[in-house]
Amino acid sequence: MGKVKLEKALQEKLSAEEKIFSPFITAGDGGLDILPERIKFFEENGAAVIELGIPFSDPVADGPTIQAAGSRALDNGTTLAKVLDVLEKTKLERAIPVVIMTYINPIITFGIEDFARKCAEAGVDGVIIPDLPMEEESLIAEALSKGHIAFIRLAAMTSPTERLQELAERTEGFLYAVAVTGTTGARTEHDAYVSTFLQKLKTYTNTPVLAGFGVSTGEQARALGEHSDGVIVGSKIVQLLHEGKLAEISQLMEESRSLKV
Amino acid sequence: MSVYTVPDQSGKFGNFGGRYVPELLMPAVLELEKAYEEAKQDKHFLEELNYYLKQYVGRETPLYFAERLTEKAGGAKIYLKREDLNHTGAHKINNTIGQALLTVRMGKRKVVAETGAGQHGVATATVCALLGLDCIVFMGEEDIRRQALNVQRMELLGAEVRSVEGGSGTLKDAVNEALRYWVNYVEDTHYIIGSVVGPHPFPMLVRDFQAVIGEETKRQIVEQDGELPEKIIACVGGGSNAMGMFYPFVEEKDVTLIGVEAGGSGLETNKHAATLTKGKVGVLHGTLTHLLQDENGQIEEAFSISAGLDYPGVGPEHSYLQSIDRVNYTSVTDKEALEAFELLSRREGIIPALESSHAVAHAMKVAGQMSKDETIVVCLSGRGDKDLRQEGNMNVKEEK
Repeated sequence: MGKVKLEKALQEKLSAEEKIFSPFITAGDGGLDILPERIKFFEENGAAVIELGIPFSDPVADGPTIQAAGSRALDNGTTLAKVLDVLEKTKLERAIPVVIMTYINPIITFGIEDFARKCAEAGVDGVIIPDLPMEEESLIAEALSKGHIAFIRLAAMTSPTERLQELAERTEGFLYAVAVTGTTGARTEHDAYVSTFLQKLKTYTNTPVLAGFGVSTGEQARALGEHSDGVIVGSKIVQLLHEGKLAEISQLMEESRSLKV
Repeated sequence: MSVYTVPDQSGKFGNFGGRYVPELLMPAVLELEKAYEEAKQDKHFLEELNYYLKQYVGRETPLYFAERLTEKAGGAKIYLKREDLNHTGAHKINNTIGQALLTVRMGKRKVVAETGAGQHGVATATVCALLGLDCIVFMGEEDIRRQALNVQRMELLGAEVRSVEGGSGTLKDAVNEALRYWVNYVEDTHYIIGSVVGPHPFPMLVRDFQAVIGEETKRQIVEQDGELPEKIIACVGGGSNAMGMFYPFVEEKDVTLIGVEAGGSGLETNKHAATLTKGKVGVLHGTLTHLLQDENGQIEEAFSISAGLDYPGVGPEHSYLQSIDRVNYTSVTDKEALEAFELLSRREGIIPALESSHAVAHAMKVAGQMSKDETIVVCLSGRGDKDLRQEGNMNVKEEK
């Protein structure tokens, strides 16, 4: 369970010489009822881990697509507590690891200790908090550690070497490499520095390095996958789910994974 | 006597404050902290800052004894710290001139800012024109509607004003967009935040740049009245004029400090911006502080007739000063603020900003209960020309 489950699942993919594909979806977009079904869909299409975004009123790290999905989810009454309830009720229906991505404020309101305990009960294997840099992580690190939940750190291209090394050392489960200098959302191309950035991170840690932000095509996923252990695709998947284009998602996942290790 | 030394190295005021920002912004936040620490020690920087404050902003601003207002209140003497007489008409420029000089010092030529009432946007656009910096200002669409004149000013000064359509179309949403813009262009852009909010070092450096208000007041009141005042009153949205006024008085324990939040339609209505009175602790825009939020940690919309107080958070140092019982926080309603707006205009020939009118309204309440040899200083943070249309609309609404 938890951190161990996540590490094992990712290792299995890599041992089978496959790149890791991790979809991000906004929990509650389209209603919370369909969440288990969506998790199933990604599991069956070969995702290694699924990231569930908790909607927040003021998502400053997100671009327009995920902002809009968050607003839709909030409008239909989605809360962190309800998402964790659904995950707990359906935890025996899935084998795929689940990671929660949330801004820190809903966790503070929920209660930090309660949140970690509830994550463990609900079968949540890791947590990503985009507005909690190393300087502030003592707020929650111990609680997550007690619950055996992987605390996944984000590395940015603006971070100097010492910070990147520190983040690579501290991260659990995988290292989330933010592949753009910007907010989430589809990009037509990535900065030339991104490959150097990913290569650097790979030398700092044996934990898998996943590239996310701005990935929207199979081609981009393969390009980033050359220098990392796989990719996280958010905005593009959120948009396709909203439009009901499941076949296109399957195709994107297929294309993304066609590069072998 | 205890020495007031917040924030600590990590930007904490007690438990409040901190740096809750994406990793992407951390290097910029640390760079700013370092640049500011160096600048503070640099005689040349301080001389330049003081030069502009004197010759360009027009400091020092008067501390004016409001005799006819005092007469009306029938109690304590009321003095007004005239921040409305600064260039651009509010205290905001004390901070923007400092941050713009820091921008140049960091080798950046581009500036982004948010604005609510438009006063901070105008103050930012002004110093960018002065120093030849590119300037983009984010402003909520509702605020653009209620503060059209300030939009025209910013554009005339060469800034690009970008309308923010998300959320309530007010200050909170403008801060969100300014932060997103900064995340995308952090390498060559400085974010001139307009209040004592945001991640460390912003609450500290904005306070320090605004502290000139309190420092002058301290000297002036002793010159004019012979001693420190009994009470000091300032309005609090994010809380920069209040922080600048209070900071030099924090260790003067005999001086009662009062922050006045926007009570909107009344605290019982949920249409207000009384963060410290009604809020709960959480993280917004990079800092841990009191916030208006629901039981699931979603930030709620603030409400006030005054665009500059219309913010669901508050500077973390205010939360701290409340927690140690050094500052009392209270609120006045839209209606009371409008009455004070008219009263000060009629009795003193000074048209105050609606924000500052909140402080005036509270002063009128307490002055009457004090004796005639006591004194109150009110921070008159800005002038009210910008609010004439808004005030007119309110009166029309009430007549219906």
